Amino acid sequence: MAEIANKILAAGTAAPDFSLHSTPDQLVSLKDFRGAPLILAFYPADWSPVCGDQMALYNEVLSEFHKFKAAIVGISVDGSWCHAAFALDRKLHFPLLSDFEPKGAVARKYGAYRDDEGVTERALFVIDANGTIAWSYLSPVGVNPGADGILDALEALASKAKK
Amino acid sequence: MSPSAKMKPPVGANDHVLGAANAPVTLVEYGDYECPYCGEAYPIVKALQERLGKQVRFVFRNFPLSEMHPHAEHAAEAAEAAGAQGKFWEMHDLLYENQGSLEDEDLARYAKALKLDVPRFIKEMESHHYAERVRGDFSSGVRSGVNGTPSFFINGARHDGPFDLASLLAAIEEAA
Repeated sequence: MAEIANKILAAGTAAPDFSLHSTPDQLVSLKDFRGAPLILAFYPADWSPVCGDQMALYNEVLSEFHKFKAAIVGISVDGSWCHAAFALDRKLHFPLLSDFEPKGAVARKYGAYRDDEGVTERALFVIDANGTIAWSYLSPVGVNPGADGILDALEALASKAKK
Repeated sequence: MSPSAKMKPPVGANDHVLGAANAPVTLVEYGDYECPYCGEAYPIVKALQERLGKQVRFVFRNFPLSEMHPHAEHAAEAAEAAGAQGKFWEMHDLLYENQGSLEDEDLARYAKALKLDVPRFIKEMESHHYAERVRGDFSSGVRSGVNGTPSFFINGARHDGPFDLASLLAAIEEAA
């Protein structure tokens, strides 16, 4: 377990920059989110089963994230048209980014790529307002990690900011 | 967070509880009345209770996935409104037995069938009197690591396996 967990970038690391398509004609970069916490949620693929779906859960929890002024983006290797159809179907209110070309390049930078399957890991990163990774978590690929770890990390960031 | 997701807060006075406080096993379900998987779990939980009797106490907390299930929030509020009149579990059962009919008029019909004070029920539904309570359940679920519906906690630990009768029984036996 510890061996796997060491693979993804750990807290304290500067978050690698990225610029990825959120829609076929729109790019989103890490620097766009400077000044507030950002949640990066890598997940293997669009269109996983409905009620246990990780992105659908985050969609329901957005207001809890917003209490910490945090933004969230989902990232997978699916193309932006696929993301668009998925987001429409699930009524998602946050961006899904396409780590599509070169495939998985951003996921690799975060240590969150599964070479054997050619998809991203189910990995979570909370990045602070200055672009440093404050918390990261690698979930077993078949288990939706929920949102509790993210909220605990956001809470820790908020209390640190107060001090 | 998996695999150590722990339920918080623990079962308390505000919870809807079936079974004795001193039962060795507490099974908590975070559920959504419009979720088909929760519908599948409903008879399984019933069978479990029948099988285990006093060994288990069952608690239901609301986790409506409102973006996905447009009727789930109102249905949860209806169960709470019925609960305020002493008929939580009766409404809970009716909702799961009629998952395809969860419009507001259906909810009022169930209130009538349960012989509730219907004007009070409707008034409380219209003012969303129990929305905060439902939201409180939802937030507690999020903080406890609920990752979809239904999510089960056995003696406070999230059950990550399947929720068929045999799997739940095995997990409960292990916890007891």
